Amino acid sequence: MTTFLGMPALPAFGSGNLFAGESFPTAAHRELGNAQLRANLGHATHTIRDKRQAVVAELPDWEQLRDAGSAIKQAVMARLPELLEEFETNFTARGGVIHWARDAREANEIVAGLVRDTGETEVVKIKSMATQEIGLNEYLEEQGIGAFETDLAELIVQLDHDKPSHILVPAIHKNRTEIRDIFLREMPGADPALTDDPSVLAMAAREHLRRKFLTAKVAVSGANFALADSGTLAVVESEGNGRMCLTLPETLITVMGIEKLLPTWQDLEVFMQLLPRSSTGERMNPYTSLWTGVTEGDGPQNVHLVLLDNGRSAALADEMGRSALHCIRCSACMNVCPVYERTGGHAYGSTYPGPIGAILSPLLTGIEAEENNSLPYASSLCGACYDACPVKINIPDILVHLRSVDVDSKRGKKKVPSQMDVGMKAASWALSSGKRLGLVEKGLPLGRLAAGPDRKITKLPGIAAGWTQSRDIPAPPAQSFRDWWAKEHRNAGGAPGTPGTPEAGPSRTLSPDTKETPQ
Amino acid sequence: MRIALFATCIVDAMYPATAKATVRILERLGHEVVFPSGQACCGQMHVNTGYLKEAVPVVANHVAAFDTADYDVAVAPSGSCVASVKHQHPMVARACGDAALEARATAVGTKTYELSELLVDVLGVTDAGAQLGSYFPHRVTYHPSCHGMRLLRLGDRQSRLLRTVQGIDLAELPEQDQCCGFGGTFSMKNADVSSAMLQDKAANIESTGAELCTGGDASCLMHIGGGLSRQGSSTTTLHLAEILASTMEEPASVIGEVRVSTGKALR
Ligand code: SF4
Repeated sequence: MTTFLGMPALPAFGSGNLFAGESFPTAAHRELGNAQLRANLGHATHTIRDKRQAVVAELPDWEQLRDAGSAIKQAVMARLPELLEEFETNFTARGGVIHWARDAREANEIVAGLVRDTGETEVVKIKSMATQEIGLNEYLEEQGIGAFETDLAELIVQLDHDKPSHILVPAIHKNRTEIRDIFLREMPGADPALTDDPSVLAMAAREHLRRKFLTAKVAVSGANFALADSGTLAVVESEGNGRMCLTLPETLITVMGIEKLLPTWQDLEVFMQLLPRSSTGERMNPYTSLWTGVTEGDGPQNVHLVLLDNGRSAALADEMGRSALHCIRCSACMNVCPVYERTGGHAYGSTYPGPIGAILSPLLTGIEAEENNSLPYASSLCGACYDACPVKINIPDILVHLRSVDVDSKRGKKKVPSQMDVGMKAASWALSSGKRLGLVEKGLPLGRLAAGPDRKITKLPGIAAGWTQSRDIPAPPAQSFRDWWAKEHRNAGGAPGTPGTPEAGPSRTLSPDTKETPQ
Repeated sequence: MRIALFATCIVDAMYPATAKATVRILERLGHEVVFPSGQACCGQMHVNTGYLKEAVPVVANHVAAFDTADYDVAVAPSGSCVASVKHQHPMVARACGDAALEARATAVGTKTYELSELLVDVLGVTDAGAQLGSYFPHRVTYHPSCHGMRLLRLGDRQSRLLRTVQGIDLAELPEQDQCCGFGGTFSMKNADVSSAMLQDKAANIESTGAELCTGGDASCLMHIGGGLSRQGSSTTTLHLAEILASTMEEPASVIGEVRVSTGKALR
């Protein structure tokens, strides 16, 4: 639907690697069965989060830094169009070229076209979430262009024809023996005597990558930040392979989500403190590269930037959900998430796993997109993610908001209400009046009967069967508190529900006739 | 002080002993307890499962029951329900466009305290043994629930109170800040993940050698206790209010609906 100006009435949702092929509970069930994965993940997340905890505790102004990060991002979202234009003006003035991409398809076509223009058939890549999101490697391959990942973990995943399962540590689900086997199998010219010593593995990767760096004419990168006031792009990394990609080739193509902007150079100071500490648990990351357009005789002479929407405008239009765009992809939320720790990233289906993925994927694609509507329920709402997030994204509140959007979008559409719908309606009726709850509680003795002589309920029907899969329910008491209170106060001379006399005190509440026998 | 008890639906129906223990503690400190009889539930189950429309009457009922009653402060033996009253009720009212309800909900929320918060911050309890006569000669471990820890920022109020109970042998729970996996309907919708989280929690509890695990949220304790019971563990759960209310003369076992210790009767 369009208005007469030809503007879309609603921002378009995104496409690409943001969709789950199956619902979260189904995928989680499968991943939970992988004991090796669980052990690897548990070990890795515990290590990173302990490191993070230690370096965060060193900063006396950590909370103020989080507030500042959150405020800067909020300001960016409030005037995103204006800042994008400012950035475009400055980036272009310094010799860079800007391309705007509405969705994954457009972005892929733009990048492929730029590579084709150079006459090359190979590109080196530095780890980028945006190009993962749009599935650029696969698209380029279809076009006859080979894309080689240079980030070590990303390289492992690519060689294994697998998908990353963590945004910062893509191969978090693999141990070093598995990595050695992958290298032996997939890396051209790998030494057959390769051991699983991490330094030996790193050297093998280094040799392999060096060849690529020295021959590649085109590089593709992502960007962690874009500074509007100077038209500068920034990449923050640990291995230095990104720096090789950003300086050696002749053509550099960056793909970046439109939300990565910061208003000024000065704002970067806040994020350079927040990001390394939150992501790798380091005070500062080893390599930070910043580039502003083209410098004659130094570095790439053709510099392009693809600005990617892919559902970000739609997320921005969601008043409750828009702060998900503040995300700086540090991965702190997944490292502290008890759900992610047990299922790993693949269960989330999308490039973005963990708590941020559970809100970002449905925000970018629409909650009605197939199977994505199970993602907002993939959380116990324990709140660990909110506490860890350096830009204070209130993930639990956004999860609850998206659940209500999901429930509402289904209202009226279904011919037969689900068990959950029926249960929630009934519970709403029973729990919105003290009298009605009291009435329901009169049925407690029935539950006692169902519990049998061992005083526990071990099997429930329907959706409640999930509970009794691994937990018993104690037999309900003979009498509810409400009933006890009413009788107590009637005996004490008061009307039911009115307070007793204070003098009656503790002895009354524990008078012998009200004592209950231990079970 | 006149204190209104919000028993919460789960304590009212399943764990009356916890509510009775709460009354007993407050009366022992010389306060008057009232029970606004219109109360039912805080509605967090509806809100957290996305049934906002169905949550509205539940929230409205709670606000009506508490803003008409005559009391100084309200208390509930449950961190998550207090968090719901404080944080979710105004939000639900706002979402349904009822500004008057939002204002009343905010007023009720401001006067509502979690039990340990009330005891420590308002009633000045620093030594449960001395001030409440709390006596509980057992090896206990303590699980701080997520909502109390992260939404209410209860800090160490609960464990501080526990530590001052006479005779108690309090064992530190490894990874205590990890969620037990309950999460309301999460435990049914994502039963596998919830069970995996519960398994780890149960293993940590067992590793302490405690006779029972305590905490401030009946629902989390029901979840943990249900898992321990299914695994055939001899460890069980008991709400913190019942430990605080337990004295030398009237030990927790005589008021407990929750089995205190399998095979080992409390003396
Ligand atoms: S949501 Fe917050 S914690 Fe999670 S990756 Fe983004 S910035 Fe980091």
